Amino acid sequence: MDLSLQIGSLSLANPLIAASGCFGYGVEYADVVDLSSLGGVAVKGLFLSPREGHPPPRIVETPSGMLNAIGLQGIGVHRFIAERLPELRERRAIVVVNICGTTLDEYVEVARILSDVEGVHALELNISCPNIKEGGITFGCSLPGTHDVVGAVRKVTSLPVIPKLTPNVTDVSSFAKAAEDAGADAISLVNTFLAMAIDVHTRRPKLTNIVGGLSGPAIRPIAVRMVYECRRAVKIPIVGMGGIATADDVLEFMIAGANAVQVGTMNFVDPFIWGKLLDGIRAYMTQHSIARLQDIVGTVDTSTREQAWIST
Amino acid sequence: MPVDIDAAVIANRRLSADYNVLALAAPQIAAAARPGQFVMIKTSGGPMLSGAPLLRRPFSIFEILRDDAGAPSGVSIFNKRIGTGTAQLARVEAGTRLPLLGPLGRPFEPVDPPAEAWMVAGGVGLAPFVTLGAALAARGTRTTLFYGARRAEELYCLELFEALGASIVLSTEDGSRGTRGRITVPLADALDARPLGNPVKLYVCGPTPMMRACARLAHRHGRACDVSLEQVMGCGLGGCYSCVVLAAGADGGAPHHTRTCIDGPVFDAQRIVWDALAGH
Repeated sequence: MDLSLQIGSLSLANPLIAASGCFGYGVEYADVVDLSSLGGVAVKGLFLSPREGHPPPRIVETPSGMLNAIGLQGIGVHRFIAERLPELRERRAIVVVNICGTTLDEYVEVARILSDVEGVHALELNISCPNIKEGGITFGCSLPGTHDVVGAVRKVTSLPVIPKLTPNVTDVSSFAKAAEDAGADAISLVNTFLAMAIDVHTRRPKLTNIVGGLSGPAIRPIAVRMVYECRRAVKIPIVGMGGIATADDVLEFMIAGANAVQVGTMNFVDPFIWGKLLDGIRAYMTQHSIARLQDIVGTVDTSTREQAWIST
Repeated sequence: MPVDIDAAVIANRRLSADYNVLALAAPQIAAAARPGQFVMIKTSGGPMLSGAPLLRRPFSIFEILRDDAGAPSGVSIFNKRIGTGTAQLARVEAGTRLPLLGPLGRPFEPVDPPAEAWMVAGGVGLAPFVTLGAALAARGTRTTLFYGARRAEELYCLELFEALGASIVLSTEDGSRGTRGRITVPLADALDARPLGNPVKLYVCGPTPMMRACARLAHRHGRACDVSLEQVMGCGLGGCYSCVVLAAGADGGAPHHTRTCIDGPVFDAQRIVWDALAGH
């Protein structure tokens, strides 16, 4: 039973990756999860320097989801390398570093620094966080911006480069194509959806930052659709994410076109979810006589369905 | 090392319309728990139900339950009905299974004699103090519970503290029992009356304005003071950075957004930037 896959030069043992922003730096979960059993760990986003993030309240529960406005609080790339990476290496984690920037130069510099360090296996480019005013989203919502940041990072690193796409655009597949054309090894999507919640008694936004990113099972069907569209636009691997809670959800993303998935919000609800997902995937493979999990990627059968983009 | 177990509800003891004590079978968590630690409970149980809260809720471990042989068999939680999750825990029936992750967080450090311990609780802030009281009693530390509520009927579980040999000082806002007014009134009197040479450490849990006032009183009197902070949490394990408070570094460094789940919930009160804490 083969659950492995390839992203550029990187081999993953299975398609399950802990999502950035939902797993700290990985070390926080080392007591409850065998990090080496995960396909990968996408660590919390890193800028060159530490960032404090937004004042609390930073999360609001929503129907079947949550809003977050953490604001990319982080220790910065230098402290990550000195203080967190050694333990991740010791625990044999496959480390995907999510890198952030407020300028093109910052993305390039962080990527350069990480490329020279042992124990970093891939770079995920955060060009899509809705929680900071400057940087990120500016690139991620602009086709030339996406192309430029991916291309610039590509030039300075031989590590696999995985831009994380924002869903807050009209046509996500064109951004996938721009990323592929610029040299990305894979794409990951979706990041969170811009959203807002209001306390009707105080008439104030529930988040200090007013708006935040919506994640959780509520947005999963939208994410599946976006992965499906991107699969038809690019040849590079796709890492799908969005409210994954069960093995069936993983399989749904893969059948839609994802080669791997990231699990985030539901890791908060059940930090022991990883073993359950792997067991569920293996049971499915046995039931359907599938020897190689990657064989199901992009196999959604639409032949008896008619696509009609009509909103009711 | 925290564990996640499907804990059976042993009993749900209703204290009033708003408060209950929930007993849960959780021997592994009970055996490992230290005073002031908490658990993350999925209040709607296992399956994802329509309209049910998605995220777990943090609760202080109220009591460590023991079987007839004295072995740890479970934990209880002290629940006040405030929102959806707490409303579910108010009416959950014995036999129901609830996912329970714990024990979590940085515990209280009980003081040894000759120092005394003063636990200061406001309302539902009573929750972390039974475990602390037991730890203090085990060390032979003289302990006083200062406990404030709105009215006499909202003073609960005093028998648990009496059984631990704690002295009890009460206040109610309406004057129906103990000192009239806030619990900081008798606390201030007690601090004024206590000679500096007699060491005492304060442990405080309650509404933010109360904790802030206690922190100021302790500071003014040169007394050590730990607070147990209650913040909205996403995960309880340090992964999501939702539950932060602005706190100076343990070494006195510049304030940073600090996670209450793993660097707390127990903090040295002097570290907290109280102005930045939203009151509730």
